[in-house]
Amino acid sequence: MTDYLLQLINVALVLAVSPALVGLIRWLKARMQNRRGAPIWQPYFELRKLFGKEVVVSDTASWVFRATPYIVFASTLAVALLVPLVRIPVPVALGSDLIVVVYLLLLGTFFLALAGLDTGSPFGGMGSSREMTVAALAEPTIALAIFSLAVGAGSTDLGRIVAETLNAPTTVAAPGHLLGFAALFIVMLAETGRLPVDNPSTHLELTMIHEAMILEYSGRYLALIEWASGMKLFIFLSLLANLYVPWGIATSNDPAGLAVGLLALLGKVVVLGCAIAALETRLAKLRLFRVPELLSVSFVLALLAVTSSFVVR
Amino acid sequence: MASLFSKIFRTGLVTEPFSPVDADVERVLEAISARTRNLLGRALAIREVDAGSCNGCEIEISGITGPTYDASQFGIHFVASPRHADMLLVTGPVTRNMELPLRKTYEATPDPKLVVAVGDCARTCGVFAGSYAIVGSVDTVIPVDVFVDGCPPTPTAILTGILAALDRR
Repeated sequence: MTDYLLQLINVALVLAVSPALVGLIRWLKARMQNRRGAPIWQPYFELRKLFGKEVVVSDTASWVFRATPYIVFASTLAVALLVPLVRIPVPVALGSDLIVVVYLLLLGTFFLALAGLDTGSPFGGMGSSREMTVAALAEPTIALAIFSLAVGAGSTDLGRIVAETLNAPTTVAAPGHLLGFAALFIVMLAETGRLPVDNPSTHLELTMIHEAMILEYSGRYLALIEWASGMKLFIFLSLLANLYVPWGIATSNDPAGLAVGLLALLGKVVVLGCAIAALETRLAKLRLFRVPELLSVSFVLALLAVTSSFVVR
Repeated sequence: MASLFSKIFRTGLVTEPFSPVDADVERVLEAISARTRNLLGRALAIREVDAGSCNGCEIEISGITGPTYDASQFGIHFVASPRHADMLLVTGPVTRNMELPLRKTYEATPDPKLVVAVGDCARTCGVFAGSYAIVGSVDTVIPVDVFVDGCPPTPTAILTGILAALDRR
């Protein structure tokens, strides 16, 4: 029972901390542009404001448009329930399976793309087609990159994979591991709409991917989608951290271990957040037609990771 | 890459502390910061609408997002869609072609919303007054909360106008 309760606390953690992660990355970027920047807790103010605002919906919108924010939010929450964040093992009955997690994330993307098309605005349709292009190229890479770990662990259960890596610390330096990390990092940038694939702070409709699909949303719908995309970023970063650098994660329900696990998770996510901010300061956005090249590089890396996992094993 | 980051580090913060034009404005600002917290929660999303300006105002507006003025430190940011916005920043006299888009943009903005008209043209049509291509000033098309004078107004004046509009609610 406590296992399930603790897993629910995971969800609360993701809900509470993800806006601060978005704020941290924005603040770091502002500092690197020599600006003063908004405080780290600015996204909380924005969410609170959006929940208090009126919702304007286009006359041509169908139920898909209204249902999408809830589906995106709920599917992201479900993923937060399934992934190992602070402690392992994840209760088996929840099914913390790699394939479930990957396709739950894709469910949100799918509905977001439908909602982009739904209102018939030209930018929405453009954003949807771009998002689908990126998703189609990125999704197999996520699965493949984590499969390279699953091969070593002999299971697609994320909790088991983390436990296996903890048991055999030397595997962290194995080529399969390093290649898989690089592949998953590139895909994370694409999936969460960061540079060089998509610019999260753009105002130019012609360069948008994620933002173009949500141009028609307002009020609480927008708040839910923004919050969900923050949670997706947090989940991706903590997956990267826990799958490839699992140290610190709690292996039992003892409070001291859980506290260490929490601090370790936050520390690792902050380090990865800093890496994203530095990368976004350095990199320009890639031309849309060059994005597939970047994503095929990450796919090849993931493929090599799987191959080397087989060979080295 | 190392040279970029070392330059960033050497340059340091360039954002100037916000200095309103006189003491009066300063008092207004203090009153505002308390009230905006209740109204818009210290987060203001602005949609810029060019209703036919010469782009002089746009250059000054883009200045307030730059490192020197950095409006984002007050929680003010620009958005790509009127649906995301709390405030419309309208520039220029309203041309015949922009009358309908301006009205539609106003309708697409969710309540509570504010309108700030920037520049002399937005109030008086400036040198364009009397032209066959002009409908009139911004307030003949949509309700305006605050006018910001100047041709073009300085970024400080625009920021002060934005904050004054928040105070009017």
